[in-house]
Amino acid sequence: MNVTTPSKIEKLLAAGHLAVTSEVGPPRSADGHEIEHKGNLIKDHVDAINVTDNQTSVCRLCSLAAVIRLKLMGLEPVLQMTTRDRNRIALQSDILGAASFGINNILCLTGDHQHFGDHPKAVNVFDLDSIQLIQTVKLMRDEGRLLGGFEFQVKPQMFIGAAANPFAGPNVEMRVARLAKKANAGVQFIQTQCIYNMDKFKEFMRLAVDRGLTEKVAILAGITPMKNVGMARYMQKRVPGMDVPEEVVKRIAGVPKEKQADEGITFAIEQIEEIKSIPGIKGFHIMAIEWEEKVPEIVERAGLYPRPQVN
Amino acid sequence: MIRAVPKPLEEIIQYVNDYDKLLIAGCDGCVTVCEAGGLKEVKILGSALRLHFAQANKPVVIDETSLTRQCDKEYLAQLRDSIDNYDAVVSLACGCGIQFLADMYDTKLVFPGVNTSFMGVTEERGVYSERCQGCGTCILAETGGVCPIARCSKRMLNGPCGGSDKGKCEVSPEMPCGWQLIYERLKTLGQLDRFEKPVDPKDWTSSRDGGIRKIVREDLRI
Amino acid sequence: MQYPPDVRIIQVPCTGKVDIIHLLQAFEAGADGVFVAGCLEGDCHFMEGNLFAKKRVRRVKEILDKVGLTGGRIEMFNLSAGMGGRFAEIVKEMDERVRALGPSPIRASKGAAPRPTREVTA
Repeated sequence: MNVTTPSKIEKLLAAGHLAVTSEVGPPRSADGHEIEHKGNLIKDHVDAINVTDNQTSVCRLCSLAAVIRLKLMGLEPVLQMTTRDRNRIALQSDILGAASFGINNILCLTGDHQHFGDHPKAVNVFDLDSIQLIQTVKLMRDEGRLLGGFEFQVKPQMFIGAAANPFAGPNVEMRVARLAKKANAGVQFIQTQCIYNMDKFKEFMRLAVDRGLTEKVAILAGITPMKNVGMARYMQKRVPGMDVPEEVVKRIAGVPKEKQADEGITFAIEQIEEIKSIPGIKGFHIMAIEWEEKVPEIVERAGLYPRPQVN
Repeated sequence: MIRAVPKPLEEIIQYVNDYDKLLIAGCDGCVTVCEAGGLKEVKILGSALRLHFAQANKPVVIDETSLTRQCDKEYLAQLRDSIDNYDAVVSLACGCGIQFLADMYDTKLVFPGVNTSFMGVTEERGVYSERCQGCGTCILAETGGVCPIARCSKRMLNGPCGGSDKGKCEVSPEMPCGWQLIYERLKTLGQLDRFEKPVDPKDWTSSRDGGIRKIVREDLRI
Repeated sequence: MQYPPDVRIIQVPCTGKVDIIHLLQAFEAGADGVFVAGCLEGDCHFMEGNLFAKKRVRRVKEILDKVGLTGGRIEMFNLSAGMGGRFAEIVKEMDERVRALGPSPIRASKGAAPRPTREVTA
């Protein structure tokens, strides 16, 4: 692939490497140092760092401010943007703001409904959805135009990403059709929902390869290590669109409490090894929320360290 | 039709407590159909308020009526001769009717007796669900007759999102996923190819976002 | 069959015929208590009449609680036409319950609650 932006992820992928990204959750306060701290924990083990955007509708320090801080630290951030909280004016405005600091990666999301979070009484916006946001970033980047028609010179140079959930409804074929739609809209990389149902994920990838999507879009497999059986059960029962087979829960439950975290990490590493051999996979997105300190271990034990360098 | 639910009785009591000549005005339209504000509910409210005031030892007049509609001036005009008998009116019409009544009789206190909710349909008696949000630019032809603005919690035009789980919305296991419904309908109609093309951002100017709305049909006016 | 004498029985073909307004008007007229006696659930001659009655009695309870009359003054009971003994029990139970609650505050206040002075028809 030819590179379209200065994005490090894009360059690594173009050079044929597997990309490794991870994410940090921002603090629920004005404490910018927490971002610095988390960024430093993982910076040598990943190619780029996402900062989540009021994830699960819980109000946190915004992704935009956090990614600017990471950029100023010399790291490669991925701005996450949901359409739940901002209309097209604010979305485009924030894209310009991020681009003005040289942010080169964006993940376009629709966003969890606000009933999940701590402000269920709020209005939601959803002026655009994730696919329309992808179209918008592409328009701004490739044509220097806003949705309203205004043209400008200094364009955002963003590598466009989105999420994909192979496990949500209505069925795997439609999730691949949706991926195709995102590709048509201009998406260049995908970070999937975290994977536990390997069979379903392989089916998703097979269909994606058949449709030629993996030529156009780099799919990074989402991996989240289980901390304990409580977390496994919670994700199995209480998180919509999450598919956690019973064998996975049983595996974590099958070891004593003090060993469950290690088992979770080991399992995650086994998953990475298995996924490496799936055709069409271009990397991994490791989501270890509030457990960022484990990311280096996972990356090393999965044979993904040291990270290749590009200029 | 417009769907509403009766306001809690204690709230209405708070509104009217200081007055002693009340008219309870229902509406034979939408609120009768969803059993929130028709003559039946007017009489129940009247009776409940009389029971309340009887204990306060306060003689009150609580009269009861129901108009054909409260959203048309011709019917509201029928109250003209009697409205001055009252200090306050509790209107059980939808928010439209309550306001229109208040506009016409603007020296009277008018209180809402229902909470107006949405435009919807009767799934069965006592179960009403939202179908339309009046966005002003109907796209039902493209979505197999299922509206994503009203029936998707995120009003996505390129759904479903990643929270769609076994046909249900992430907001609640009882809530059907609007895009699952669209998918099934398009499949039945043989139009699944509609899923492949991205739908552009919506022009919301014909919706509430464009400002207060008014329809002027010159073809209907002299 | 012996039961307390101060009960006034109003016969209806089915308790489904009893509407909320009828129950409220009984209290407006000064009744201390009201009970609705319908067929056993599943045995309603008109299929669901007694189920509607049950819901309506529940709603009246809520209203009575909110206007200071106490929902306990109204109750729904189910029995078959042949259960004379049970009927007497029910009357006795309601009689005791209502006596414990005291006379209806509507009667206790001066005179009965006023009926609508007129129904304003459009």
